[in-house]
Amino acid sequence: MAAIDVDNLEITFPLYHGAARSLKGTVATMLASARTGPAAHLAADRRSRIVVNVLRSISFSISQGERVGLIGGNGAGKTTLLRALGGIYEPVAGRVRVQGRLGTLLDAQLGMNPELTGRENITLRSRYFGLDKQTEMALARDVADFADLDAFMDMPVKTYSSGMVVRLAFGLATAILPEVLLMDEWFMAGDAAFLDKARRRIEALVRGADILVVSTHQPDILRQWCTRVIWLENGQIRMDGAPEDVLDAYLAS
Amino acid sequence: MSGAPQVPKSGSPTLDLSPLRGFRAIGAVFEDMFGAFSLLPLALALGWLDIKLRYRGSILGPFWLTISTAVMIGALGAVYGTLFHMDLRSYLPFLSLSLVLWGYISTLVNEAPSIFSQNASALHAMRMPLMVNVLRAIIRNTLILLHNVVVVALVFAFFRVIPQNLLSVLPALVLWIVDSMAVCVLLGLIGARFRDMPPLVSSVIQICFFVTPVIWKPSLIHAGAQYLLIDPFYPLLEIIRAPLLGEVTGVSIWAAAMVHSLLVWILAIGFLARFRARVAYWI
Repeated sequence: MAAIDVDNLEITFPLYHGAARSLKGTVATMLASARTGPAAHLAADRRSRIVVNVLRSISFSISQGERVGLIGGNGAGKTTLLRALGGIYEPVAGRVRVQGRLGTLLDAQLGMNPELTGRENITLRSRYFGLDKQTEMALARDVADFADLDAFMDMPVKTYSSGMVVRLAFGLATAILPEVLLMDEWFMAGDAAFLDKARRRIEALVRGADILVVSTHQPDILRQWCTRVIWLENGQIRMDGAPEDVLDAYLAS
Repeated sequence: MSGAPQVPKSGSPTLDLSPLRGFRAIGAVFEDMFGAFSLLPLALALGWLDIKLRYRGSILGPFWLTISTAVMIGALGAVYGTLFHMDLRSYLPFLSLSLVLWGYISTLVNEAPSIFSQNASALHAMRMPLMVNVLRAIIRNTLILLHNVVVVALVFAFFRVIPQNLLSVLPALVLWIVDSMAVCVLLGLIGARFRDMPPLVSSVIQICFFVTPVIWKPSLIHAGAQYLLIDPFYPLLEIIRAPLLGEVTGVSIWAAAMVHSLLVWILAIGFLARFRARVAYWI
């Protein structure tokens, strides 16, 4: 049974680097009185370090078979929320529980080493999941097939076009059958034919009663792919419901 | 779906994350370590690919490591032999072994502060035990060491030095690996937070090279030789060097090595318990 349960999640980032600390402090106090824009959640924590409140009091649960879309402006906290669900950022406060094998497609490089060839990256992923040699070969065939890479399999990933990288990463992340798939909006880099293929694959995954959480700016994608949309604003949930309702409200705002 | 994905669904693993304090934080440290050891094949592949990548496109590949070490030791031997008229038969085996071992120490310690910060994109892409990065660095440097050991073996064979007490080298190697992990964790965590660490560490290690009996023999110090034991690198070098050169390792040297190891491990576990979850935020 795949399930996600988030309870009062809070994520804050410390701002350490950069010399203009006093400047940041000034900005923070200025902004604290007028919380409007996406960057307005600067604050000072109890040890008077400057922190950015990226997510505040987020609570929701996702049950088996749901396809959830995250929508919101830049800096609303979509990527951070995905990373928190993937266990990359552990909660500063609150609790995150995820049941089921995770597949994450979050980074632009997607956890692949650009210097290594496609095949070597597949090998690394197989080691990560502890696959045996035979399964690994089958996986490599499956991914090469899905991604249409043929001759490029033994070339470094950095020589790939962005569409090829996306296809390889997507094939890799979905070929190991995650029960919970977390996906950031980068996958829009594929062409129309790829999106069609990707949707078929995602639908096959979701038919296996798994969970998809995807963040995007594009309302069309959400309408086509999702059964539920969560609208994030300034690190808080503004609205959570059926795609039509949330998208209408979002586009109207 | 094209070509049926073949991985069987295992029992659903559960991720349960909340801020941890005290013993639960230390428990998470050991969870991280066990997780990393179960991913040892991944760390091995990563470490090996690091070396392969560094020498991709070169004909001799990683054997450049062996050759450059051989050239350096041959040149030093020629200089010391002809210029300083030193007894090469006793000095060169000592020097080659010391330099190769020191090469491992200094490279690993120099790389340690950027272990986590350099892998930012991988650490932000998927959840993985932090210790995997540490094991990868240790494996990479061990592979380099193995390439260099060939030169030492040749020098030993040439001067007919026969290692004795080989049995005590085994626990020494274990202690080296154990210490390497703690040092990488400690410096890696500090280096993830403070970007001044790499240059700082490299200047300190440079001083250590001259202070520690690496190119000079410990027997050169007549009074106050016991103070050498405070230098953490000296006992560490000596527990491998002495038996290989056919000398006997003193009990005090082993004791000092153990004490240093214990101290650095206590620090490493404390730091990892406190800051493990923060690394992703820092880098």
